[in-house]
Amino acid sequence: MKCHICGEKASVNMREHKLALCKEHYLEWVPAQVERSIKKYGLFRQEEKMLVAVSGGKDSLSLWDILQRLGYHADGLYICLGIDEGIGYSTESQRLAVKFATNHGLNLHVVNIQSEYGATIPQITRRTHRGRIKPCSICGLVKRHVMNRIARDLDYDVLATGHNLDDEAAVLFGNTLSWSGEYLLRQGPLLPGSAGLARKVKPLCRLYEREMLAYALLQEIEYIYEECPYSIGSTSIYYKELLNRLENERPGAKLSFYLAFLEARKTGLFTEREKIQAELHSCSRCGQPTSAPGLCSFCRLLERTTSVALNERNT
Amino acid sequence: MVKLILRKDVFEVRPGMTLYDALKKLNILPEGIIATRIGELIEVDEILKEGDVIKLVTAISGG
Repeated sequence: MKCHICGEKASVNMREHKLALCKEHYLEWVPAQVERSIKKYGLFRQEEKMLVAVSGGKDSLSLWDILQRLGYHADGLYICLGIDEGIGYSTESQRLAVKFATNHGLNLHVVNIQSEYGATIPQITRRTHRGRIKPCSICGLVKRHVMNRIARDLDYDVLATGHNLDDEAAVLFGNTLSWSGEYLLRQGPLLPGSAGLARKVKPLCRLYEREMLAYALLQEIEYIYEECPYSIGSTSIYYKELLNRLENERPGAKLSFYLAFLEARKTGLFTEREKIQAELHSCSRCGQPTSAPGLCSFCRLLERTTSVALNERNT
Repeated sequence: MVKLILRKDVFEVRPGMTLYDALKKLNILPEGIIATRIGELIEVDEILKEGDVIKLVTAISGG
């Protein structure tokens, strides 16, 4: 297989685009695609102050690398979740995020959940659900809260995450299976900011997970290869595998599923938005927006965790 | 023989077939992996040679 631009041996073939590229041209093509998404969806401007959520994984570190190459000013945010499970998952992912920042002369904020809130994600899960559920939903809630808090407190204009097309297609697939109208309305490359909520953007939303892996490997980005131990067997991975089977038979299926959804939403397929949109209140403790008056879900979670920890200590 | 390594699993196939055929035989979807040989990315039309050691890097991650 030859590079469509120079005729040298191709390193990556993208069947959905009928395009094969050598290393040199692939490493130019990916940032160009990201820039195209930034402009097409009006994600952010060159002069804006950006925070990139980095996990130590291939997508978020590649995103940070690409933004830097494109000339955007972006600081990083690493959230240490305290996940060990015998492989030191959080320790290793933090090491890689710090190493990337140091090697590239970038500014990285590190937030340690245990130091700031008194418990790791597995401990919070054990205390609030007696270990009956996987920590993924709690982890998501905590990460969203911390990302928004840091973006707001440190005056960032925009918060970028490394969600790729496979992430987006899997979420869309799940929300479509359950016809979750409110989630479908909110999904997209740009979630506008509002009072107390930072603008959230996903510049990698048109790039396949496989393409991001190829970028990380060719650009020699050192990332954590081990999966989060709690994500093994998760629904999102199951949906991704299902979609890959479809993609194998019909190249481009994932891309058109997602892009056709964005287009349908834009042209009003999902109407009566104002009727579904909930009124937001300010959390009485942390001040972040919440759908119901009183404490937000994050502060309610912390309150439950603290009270269980006190009971454990007293018995 | 040709060795294909996927995380902790090691598979063996006969040389002379393409990577695509080897993956098909092993029931591995090309969409979910990137294949490397001595650190270089190779695509599914690559013909596997005797003694090749192919590392299959998985693309899918959760979260």
